[in-house]
Amino acid sequence: MVEMIRINGLSKSYGDVPVLKNCSLDVARGEVVVICGPSGSGKSTFVKCINGIEPAQAGRIAIDGEDLPSKPAAAARIRARIGMVFQHFELYPHLTVMENICLAQIHVLKRSREEAKAKAHGLLRRVGLTDKEAAYPSQLSGGQQQRIAIVRALAMDPVAMLFDEPTSALDPEMIGEVLAVMLELAREGMTMVVVTHEMGFAKAAADRVVFMDCGEIVEIAETARFFAEPASERARLFLSRILAH
Amino acid sequence: MNYAWNWGVLVQPPYLEWLGQGIAMTLAVSIAAGIIALSLGTLIGIFHSSTSGAMRLVTGSYINLFRNVPLLLQMFLWFFVVPELLPKAAGTWLKRELPNPEIITAIVALGLFTASRIAVQVAAGIAAVPGGQSMAARASGLSTVQAYRLVLLPQAFRIVVPPLTSEFLTIFKNSSIALTIGVYELTARTQQIQSFTYQGFEAFTAATVVYMVIALTVTTLMTVIERRVAIPGQSARV
Ligand SMILES: Nc1ncnc2c1ncn2[C@@H]1O[C@H](COP(=O)(O)OP(=O)(O)OP(=O)(O)O)[C@@H](O)[C@H]1O
Ligand SMILES: [Mg+2]
Repeated sequence: MVEMIRINGLSKSYGDVPVLKNCSLDVARGEVVVICGPSGSGKSTFVKCINGIEPAQAGRIAIDGEDLPSKPAAAARIRARIGMVFQHFELYPHLTVMENICLAQIHVLKRSREEAKAKAHGLLRRVGLTDKEAAYPSQLSGGQQQRIAIVRALAMDPVAMLFDEPTSALDPEMIGEVLAVMLELAREGMTMVVVTHEMGFAKAAADRVVFMDCGEIVEIAETARFFAEPASERARLFLSRILAH
Repeated sequence: MNYAWNWGVLVQPPYLEWLGQGIAMTLAVSIAAGIIALSLGTLIGIFHSSTSGAMRLVTGSYINLFRNVPLLLQMFLWFFVVPELLPKAAGTWLKRELPNPEIITAIVALGLFTASRIAVQVAAGIAAVPGGQSMAARASGLSTVQAYRLVLLPQAFRIVVPPLTSEFLTIFKNSSIALTIGVYELTARTQQIQSFTYQGFEAFTAATVVYMVIALTVTTLMTVIERRVAIPGQSARV
């Protein structure tokens, strides 16, 4: 079976500071992997390397059996096949919701305006935001913005989705609506890599959990096993801290 | 003060015509220089915001050179010195055959000078767009050029409109320096009227009023543009 995402021996440093040390991870088609770990452990950097928006110094990445070229420009075509959702949404503030969702569809996938809009309508209906298509991002709540950001990524028909702390910037009462959309995606069989501190989501949706610390992948375990009996002392410590809250 | 006011001279031939020609020249030189400055300045600003060190060195040198040498000196250099430094044929062509060399020189000098200032504004505008925006654009598969055109520049230009207004205002004021290389723009014409009629106060007052009207028009226009492009739901930037 071809893995959807293969990451082999990924290393990266900023100057002389190593941020990722020989990280390897395979994600199967339809699998949901949650990445957790203390602040500064390299989770965001790792996720950004998967679609090549951060260049790595060593290692190989393949998406759906195709190697990610090391040159950023050459990687654009493959990058378009991976959706990405950010902590701070990163909707384009000068464009309406509809224009946000259509931009890459039109300019990268070369879809016609009508096709792009039809795609957007379908997805907006799914997340219950059809009435917001003419709104600008700043006119929406954080939870609505993040759901739009997810729709924008899904409109590209991605083979996998990357999430970097998608609920960390949200007010508590809005976290649920975003997690619900992600949970539904997971159930539908989307391949997902999710950096999150929401252990509830991990338990409900993740097939496996990756624990990172100091730029290393310390542990990869089946979800139930990870929460019941983490293999490493560092993961145990991290879990006791985070679950104490 | 014993001064015999005579506003009538301003509407007498040929002085009214001179004023009109002066205004037309000031507008022509300023607008042409403004077009050069905006296009070249934007281009240099974009390259100056790039991550390539070599590129930043080139654009940084341009900016430092053109921004730090006084405009008056730049006009003289372009008009008197550059033709001598060029190969003989090119120099002769510039001096003898180029129509209205003083006007062309003034436009080029003012354009290149202002471009360096606009480049700084544009680069600052791009830098002020949050880094996550370019990341989101690239993550969706947009090329670097597309990311600039569709995501970064539209936001940067909205940020840059207020400082650009002051650059445009300055172009009109700076265009008066062109008189030093013999361009008959508004200030030169008023000087000419004063030396023919000795009614300098009237002539200079007229010029003052014209410059103020131009400034008001530019400011109003830019305010309209700023309102037009304002993003709904976002409070105006202070
Ligand atoms: N552009 C950069 N330049 C230098 N160092 C960086 C840069 N980006 C990140 N780092 C460093 O790399 C390390 C890993 O950062 P990263 O953002 O990947 O961590 P993280 O696990 O996502 O943390 P958090 O939970 O706080 O988001 C940190 O020590 C950080 O200071
Ligand atoms: Mg992070």
